[in-house]
Amino acid sequence: MSAVKLRELAHSRTGDKGDTSNISVIAFKAEDYPRLLDQLTAERVAAHFAELLDPKAGAVRRYELPNVQALNFVLPGILKGGVTRSLALDAHGKALGAALLDIELEM
Amino acid sequence: MKTLRIGSGAGYSGDRIEPAVELADKGALDYLVFECLAERTIALAQQARLANPEAGYDPLLSERMRRVLPFVARGRESGQKRLRIISNMGAANPLSAAREVRRIAAELGLHGLKVAALTGDDVLAQLNPEQLLDNGATVGSLGERLVSANAYLGAEGIVEALQADADVVITGRVADPSLFLAPQLFEFGWAQDDWARLGRGTLIGHLLECAGQITGGYFADPGVKDVADLARLGFPLAEVDAQGRAVIGKVPGSGGRIDTATCTEQMIYEVHDPKAYLTPDVTADFSGVSFSVVAPNEVRAEGADGRARPQTLKISVGYLDGWIGEGQISYGGPGALGRAQLARDVVLERLKITGVVLDDVRAELIGLDSLHGAALGLRTSGEPWEVRLRVAGRCADRAEAVRIGNEVETLYTNGPYGGGGATKSVRQVVAVASLLLPRDAVKPRVHLEDAS
Repeated sequence: MSAVKLRELAHSRTGDKGDTSNISVIAFKAEDYPRLLDQLTAERVAAHFAELLDPKAGAVRRYELPNVQALNFVLPGILKGGVTRSLALDAHGKALGAALLDIELEM
Repeated sequence: MKTLRIGSGAGYSGDRIEPAVELADKGALDYLVFECLAERTIALAQQARLANPEAGYDPLLSERMRRVLPFVARGRESGQKRLRIISNMGAANPLSAAREVRRIAAELGLHGLKVAALTGDDVLAQLNPEQLLDNGATVGSLGERLVSANAYLGAEGIVEALQADADVVITGRVADPSLFLAPQLFEFGWAQDDWARLGRGTLIGHLLECAGQITGGYFADPGVKDVADLARLGFPLAEVDAQGRAVIGKVPGSGGRIDTATCTEQMIYEVHDPKAYLTPDVTADFSGVSFSVVAPNEVRAEGADGRARPQTLKISVGYLDGWIGEGQISYGGPGALGRAQLARDVVLERLKITGVVLDDVRAELIGLDSLHGAALGLRTSGEPWEVRLRVAGRCADRAEAVRIGNEVETLYTNGPYGGGGATKSVRQVVAVASLLLPRDAVKPRVHLEDAS
């Protein structure tokens, strides 16, 4: 079985509200959407960002948007106090989605 | 069937100006909307207003108006299409901002322009000290650190200003999509509880509110997602009908791209549950939305829905929360990573030895772990040629925060070999928390005075 990086199958954008980030993952081709649904679980995404997440802030949630072959992941607490208080260089977490695209999916 | 053309002239306070001018000139628009307020912009603007009672509105208001008001005048004088402007550039001082717009109109020789200001979002005086914020603190506990409290208003105040025939409507805090929903409500006469149409109109607002982010901005990834002519990125417009169906487009010849991929990215941007996107006007449901390309760079959006609006309004509370001190220095060449890591250890130890009083500190290596942490940063193969150390800390006192950047700077003569390009800075933290107020506690008010 071969593996490919998510970046080859999907694109992504990250948004922020308070100290919560949301990351969309959108399949380039409708035929790859079932693969995202199967393999790109909330648990998988949480494991990928384990170092950055705050377990006290709540679990990663996944929403499905089948009409646009997309998933939306909501990551509470990942912005560590939010844009206004965070000490991070990227306080908005704008660059997070790009990191998600490094995940490998089985084909 | 009557259609309405609404353009988006700014996605944030500092946004480019020429794409808005291009839309005003060539977009055949009925409305041009500038969305310029981020989460804490009003708190910062309120500080400016405390220093100068006439200040506290968007720093680019004057230049934007100077560039687009001539097109508002052209629409009126030619008897052709009328162009009207809606913007939240009033920030902490919509009344003063409206005076500035009238002053610029007079300076340009544009007479008879009607400029309205919308107030009522500022609820600072109404807050109860016992009220609990979402961060667990009470309003009272903030004491003199409390700077601002603004309700997210919906579309209704802007609709009232348009009914009063305003050419330009300047607001403070209004929910971003509501700025775009207002002209649809006004022009199509939708009922305030026509939730399905309000949901569709809110989708249009949400798609347009970040301007270039739907026309190919914030999208390009060379070789994977290419975008033509980003330096001349066009801003979007929507042609909407009375049912709330819309086609998103841009001025022909402008840079960028609009397709189902750019539209989908923007639809999900800053959304949590797509079935429940809360605004002051409606609980919008984007879960059934689909996009279809009708022509190059023209995409139809359909399938949004809505349910009853929330009974409460979100209030954004700005408060002073100490100071952040920061220092940075770069290392390059063979062994750069090891020297940067040593520099990081030295600074953290120095902050302890010298007793700097910190609430929190973060030390990261730009080029390795600053964006995504060490676990992901170390996936890279091979050592980076250059690395930049960044140390940032939050302190209650400014004097303590200053010492952080100073410690980084001392690496020049006291730290590892070959550090260069040290910088240091200190800034006051204006933090934002939120609370909810009942809808009837907030009273939008339109101020319309004819220009002289």
